[in-house]
Amino acid sequence: SAGSCHSVSSSGMAGADGDDSLYPIAVLIDELRNEDVQLRLNSIKKLSTIALALGVERTRTELLPFLTDTIYDEDEVLLALAEQLGNFTMLVGGPEYVHCLLPPLESLATVEETVVRDKAVESLRKISHEHSPVDLEVHFEPLVKRLASGDWFTSRTSACGLFSVCYPRVSSTVKAEIRQHFRNLCSDDTPMVRRAAASKLGEFAKVLELEYVKSDIISLFTALASDEQDSVRLLAVEACVSIATLLPQEDLETLVMPTLRQAAEDKSWRVRYMVADKFSELQKAVGPEITKNDLVPAFQNLLKDCEAEVRAAAANKVKEFCENLPEDSRETIIMTHILPCVKELVSDTNQHVKSALASVIMGLSTILGKDNTIEHLLPLFLAQLKDECPEVRLNIISNLDCVNEVIGIRQLSQSLLPAIVELAEDAKWRVRLAIIEYMPLLAGQLGVEFFDEKLNSLCMAWLVDHVYAIREAATCNLTKLVEKFGAEWAQNTIVPKVLGMANDPNYLHRMTTLFCINALSEACGQEITTKHMLPVVLKMSNDQVANVRFNVAKSLQKIGPVLDSNCLQTEVKPVLEKLAADQDIDVKYFAQEAISVLALA
Amino acid sequence: MSAYSTERILPVQAMSSAATAPPSVDKVDGFSRKSVRKAKQKRAQSSSQFRSQDKPIELVQLPLLKDVSAQEQPELFLKKLQQCCTLFDFMDTLSDLKMKEYKRSTLNELVDYVTVSRGYLTEQTYPEVVKMVSCNIFRTLPPSDSNEFDPEEDEPTLEASWPHLQLVYEFFIRFLESQEFQPSIAKKYIDQKFVLQLLELFDSEDPRERDCLKTVLHRIYGKFLGLRAFIRKQINNIFLGFVYETEHFNGVAELLEILGSIINGFALPLKAEHKQFLVKVLLPLHSARSLSLFHAQLAYCIVQFLEKDPTLTEPVIRGLLKFWPKTCSQKEVMFLGELEEILDVIEPTQFVKIQEPLFKQISRCVSSPHFQVAERALYYWNNEYIMSLIEENSSVILPIMFASLYRISKEHWNPAISALIYNVLKAFMEMNSALFDDLAATYKSDRQREKKKEKEREDLWRKLEELELRRGIQNSDGIIPT
Repeated sequence: SAGSCHSVSSSGMAGADGDDSLYPIAVLIDELRNEDVQLRLNSIKKLSTIALALGVERTRTELLPFLTDTIYDEDEVLLALAEQLGNFTMLVGGPEYVHCLLPPLESLATVEETVVRDKAVESLRKISHEHSPVDLEVHFEPLVKRLASGDWFTSRTSACGLFSVCYPRVSSTVKAEIRQHFRNLCSDDTPMVRRAAASKLGEFAKVLELEYVKSDIISLFTALASDEQDSVRLLAVEACVSIATLLPQEDLETLVMPTLRQAAEDKSWRVRYMVADKFSELQKAVGPEITKNDLVPAFQNLLKDCEAEVRAAAANKVKEFCENLPEDSRETIIMTHILPCVKELVSDTNQHVKSALASVIMGLSTILGKDNTIEHLLPLFLAQLKDECPEVRLNIISNLDCVNEVIGIRQLSQSLLPAIVELAEDAKWRVRLAIIEYMPLLAGQLGVEFFDEKLNSLCMAWLVDHVYAIREAATCNLTKLVEKFGAEWAQNTIVPKVLGMANDPNYLHRMTTLFCINALSEACGQEITTKHMLPVVLKMSNDQVANVRFNVAKSLQKIGPVLDSNCLQTEVKPVLEKLAADQDIDVKYFAQEAISVLALA
Repeated sequence: MSAYSTERILPVQAMSSAATAPPSVDKVDGFSRKSVRKAKQKRAQSSSQFRSQDKPIELVQLPLLKDVSAQEQPELFLKKLQQCCTLFDFMDTLSDLKMKEYKRSTLNELVDYVTVSRGYLTEQTYPEVVKMVSCNIFRTLPPSDSNEFDPEEDEPTLEASWPHLQLVYEFFIRFLESQEFQPSIAKKYIDQKFVLQLLELFDSEDPRERDCLKTVLHRIYGKFLGLRAFIRKQINNIFLGFVYETEHFNGVAELLEILGSIINGFALPLKAEHKQFLVKVLLPLHSARSLSLFHAQLAYCIVQFLEKDPTLTEPVIRGLLKFWPKTCSQKEVMFLGELEEILDVIEPTQFVKIQEPLFKQISRCVSSPHFQVAERALYYWNNEYIMSLIEENSSVILPIMFASLYRISKEHWNPAISALIYNVLKAFMEMNSALFDDLAATYKSDRQREKKKEKEREDLWRKLEELELRRGIQNSDGIIPT
């Protein structure tokens, strides 16, 4: 095969039975330079193949310099390149030579486009681990320094992500330099760089010695948390979690809490939102005592915040916050401090707030136990079940299982039913779809009797919904119900209704009969399928609408395995043969397919 | 698009009946469409200005400025400025009605006062004016109502406190424009921090506010020479954050408008800083998803630069080609429009430098299956100046354009495009008939050559892959992870 390769390379290569010099680099580089971006992109994505063809030495001496020099390209190509280079260590000869990859990645880390830069940083982080400690100081760390003092903001932004990977493995002199560079970037005059530094503050703190966390990181944290731009301040909140985890409990009060308190009352809602969003992590990081004294009032304020965004973020955390409260005072804190705020949120003016609350409020019942749930929570659940916004009601219904465990779902059934009925008829089909998906769960919890009496008619009505996705989901729902309640139940309650639709004037409804049969035959078993379903399917093969006829063929293919062979030969085969001779091309196609799948030919 | 927007403005009655109507069983048409969109419940107004305050606000009614003697006016003016620092809750339409009205009339009076009075601007007035303005306008902007606020589709959320805010802005503009206004005193108060906060407000969703801000910033830029570099740098930061981080900032168009007038005044030769701004900030703005909202202003800035310094043409056009839209035809049409504006002012020596990559792109546009893109590109041939440039360089441009024109002239689905292409081909034929005939004659063999090259490429890659597989097996001890 080596011989035939010669015809590909334009200049004839002599004695190229080996591997390393099989292709002249010019041919490969031509591919990387192709005028068509798509082809260039394809070539870059197969860069490892090219490197393999060249061998490790030529990859180092010819391919990488070429890549470093021709960095100007479409961002999409650069992105692929940045990604490839992260996996190139073996292709340049292993860890010993990994530093050869640094020059092209350094250039990529300075380009404008964020995704390219981020990918280059990711690859640099990856290959940093493959550097020996010596190479890290000789090659990698100088690169980080160059980036950190670059002219344009992009290189300084990229540098922020590289400090933490080299810090642990360098000498203490170099460590001091790295800390200094990080300090500089935290007070850079470009907000983009300060944001990048702030977002890496937590990560960097984790690799620092505790004494430097206390001396360096805390002052940076405090400065970033009072930056003039809220986009920087909010990133400091994220770092706060990592920093608080690293410090001993006795230092938290003086080093972290003043800043955290200030963030929870920041004038920008984005910062307060971030505090609310990170509340559970913060709570774990500062421990039970500070939680009791500081976080409880802060959480109350966030639940009462003037911006709905903040209230919604806090409402989302209600359950987690309560769960993580110290056990000795949990119930008291919830009852006296949290529950009053929760009660107000139930009638909030903003639907996102109510909806966020509804998604977690049921979880409180396991924490508070049966009596408290009945006395204090149940009225709230009931109020939310009647909320004007469907998402709120849905969120309650989707979490019914939490309450079921504590007080049983029957307590709710009075209010539950109207809520379900209303959702079942909601004008938005996505809402209807969502409630259908909870039907099997509800059926299981409410029992067959309640179901037959109240919910069965809803399930049947969805079968004739005007949106296909709803009819489809309703079909699937029936299967799950049969799995729950058994074949006999199916035969008595749903099969007659499903089969009745076979005579509906609307062909879409007639098709629904077929779809239901497809879904139910297996769960119902051979007897019901043969005796009740098959005759209807066969009769429908005479339908005047071609779509119905070819769905008959599809149905027969689907239910065939449930039927016995005699029935297949005597009843199914003739009908399929008739359909195979239909004048409609699709009917023919599906009939023939069914014949061959069922081996009736 | 039109179907989408008609859905949005469905009258309320139509919706409620659709929502309550039972699914019609007797309807035989299986495809009845009943998807209804609930009209968006819009909170039309919003304000983050106010943090809850329980007590009603009481302001002492002061006499009118015109009713007191000239000596007493300065002090009364200061008192009124201080009173106007009081903020009201406009989300609560019922609270403090009387006091809101009092502040409104006071602000009105202040506007008149700074417009007509003489000698009112003593040195101690400056800090009080700036304080009053800061108190009122500087605030954290409220969250956007919709998660993905689409300025083209959604109605902007208006600032609830506008009745006061508008007067504050007006007062401030009159103050800045006043003949007695002295920047040398004001610069102590209108400093970098002030400007930074002012720039952040350009993200306001309320177009009325952005319009006022535009005037304010323009005046400040004009009067405070010491702040100019700072303002430019901060605008850069806003744009870079917009392009590379958030893709969200409401005031891009307004800031570009100010920059348009700033660029106009740049001295020649252009400083490196300004060129960097063009290449690294203005050009990347073209990649924004919401380009249509500020494209006119952006294109104006670009052309301003090129009129100042024609040698920038090549980097600008290369930049546009780099950011050329891949999937959005609307944006492609905008790019073509901007490119024509550039070609209108291009110097022939610059044109020669960039013609090859440029016409490769135009050739792709001409053969775009989206007829508006093809049409916009073909309109270049109606532009006399562009035509003259093409004619001068037809030996270069014709070979680039020929293949796609020739192919599309037979295949484009839209007859109007076919007709336009026919005219273009005719124009080329008249320009350089010998070359045209050559290209037509070799069209077929060129395509075959291309196909052959294509096959060679496939062979190359197939063999490379075989090699990779073979090596992979050889090195199954894991040295090469393939």
